[in-house]
Amino acid sequence: MKVETKSRITVFILAALVWFALTDIKDFQEVIAGLVLAAVVTLLAGKFFITTTKQRGVPHRIIAAVRYFFNFLWEMIKANVHVAFIVLHPMLPIKPGIVKIKTKLTKDSAITILTNSITLTPGTLTVDINPDSKEIYIHCIEVHATTVDENTQQIGQRFEHILAEVFE
Amino acid sequence: MIRETLGMVFIFIGIAFDFLGVLGLVRLPDVYNRLQAATKCVTFGSAGILFGVFLINGFTSFGFKALLGIMFIFLSSPVAAHAIARAAHRGGIPLTRESVIDEYAKDKELK
Amino acid sequence: MKLFKWITGLMFIAAFVYFNFFVYKGEILFKLINVNLFSALFVLFRVIVGPSAADRIVAVDILGVLIVGMLALIGLHYKQGFFMDIALIWALLSFVASLAFSKILEGRQLDD
Repeated sequence: MKVETKSRITVFILAALVWFALTDIKDFQEVIAGLVLAAVVTLLAGKFFITTTKQRGVPHRIIAAVRYFFNFLWEMIKANVHVAFIVLHPMLPIKPGIVKIKTKLTKDSAITILTNSITLTPGTLTVDINPDSKEIYIHCIEVHATTVDENTQQIGQRFEHILAEVFE
Repeated sequence: MIRETLGMVFIFIGIAFDFLGVLGLVRLPDVYNRLQAATKCVTFGSAGILFGVFLINGFTSFGFKALLGIMFIFLSSPVAAHAIARAAHRGGIPLTRESVIDEYAKDKELK
Repeated sequence: MKLFKWITGLMFIAAFVYFNFFVYKGEILFKLINVNLFSALFVLFRVIVGPSAADRIVAVDILGVLIVGMLALIGLHYKQGFFMDIALIWALLSFVASLAFSKILEGRQLDD
């Protein structure tokens, strides 16, 4: 009951803020329409937003998330310069292949963000996940190593420890 | 004034990376490599254009819609790439001849 | 042979850059939109030539993201906010379309 009330209040505030951001407010009627729509959204889908009671260490997690964001942005800029170099080279220096890495993360949301980050960073693209044995299949544009452990070291470790701080 | 100059710089960078990504889509040899180049560069390029538009417009409804577009592209583009790559591999499209290793096919045969 | 194709493409792109940025007298935003349309031309080349169905699906997916950026530039020129609405809806529909195409490519039906 307590969790559900907190979830509904959060959803109401977020929905109203999104309405105010996306509308050019010229009149008082638009504010009222936004509040009514936020109330409808809260009644229909309010209880799905927060489902756990674990609240410890929120500032720590937010700092870790910001650090993760800037780390990810830097990796992404490197990825784009790398791909641009390969595309502009006249001989196309590629050595593609599909390799396998292991992950230690347990939550579904953490694994989703890890695979999305892997797709957007240098030379790697997630092909499939084996959810039972926690293995991720990755297509590399340049294969450096062939064993599972070396690839885990090279590809997965860049994001995994920060994501573990954010989500676990 | 400085805000508009900075926005135009971001738009220029975005357009350049868009063009490079599409060039990779034409030049690289098979589906997976094309997907890599195109997804990374075109996502980054379009996000750069939208961020430049946000900088020029400031905190109006137009600018907030651009920010929402950046968030949406960053969430949806890797998921679409993942779905297409998995479907192509299961649909039997082979890797290019220059490939060195394919552990996914090996593990599928074992199952 | 590879080098020959590379030089041909380089000359093609150089001709485009010359005509777009030095001969064509228009606003700077229109020149940038022209570059985006030129990229869309390459994507259409991949849609027509692409040896397998997966290549065509990749090309259509990429075309959706390109058009989002182009609509943002058009909206910036005409100072109209509703172009961004169109861009958001276009991104949404393109994402759903890629998922549906990939599901059919895998050999399953849509209600599976």
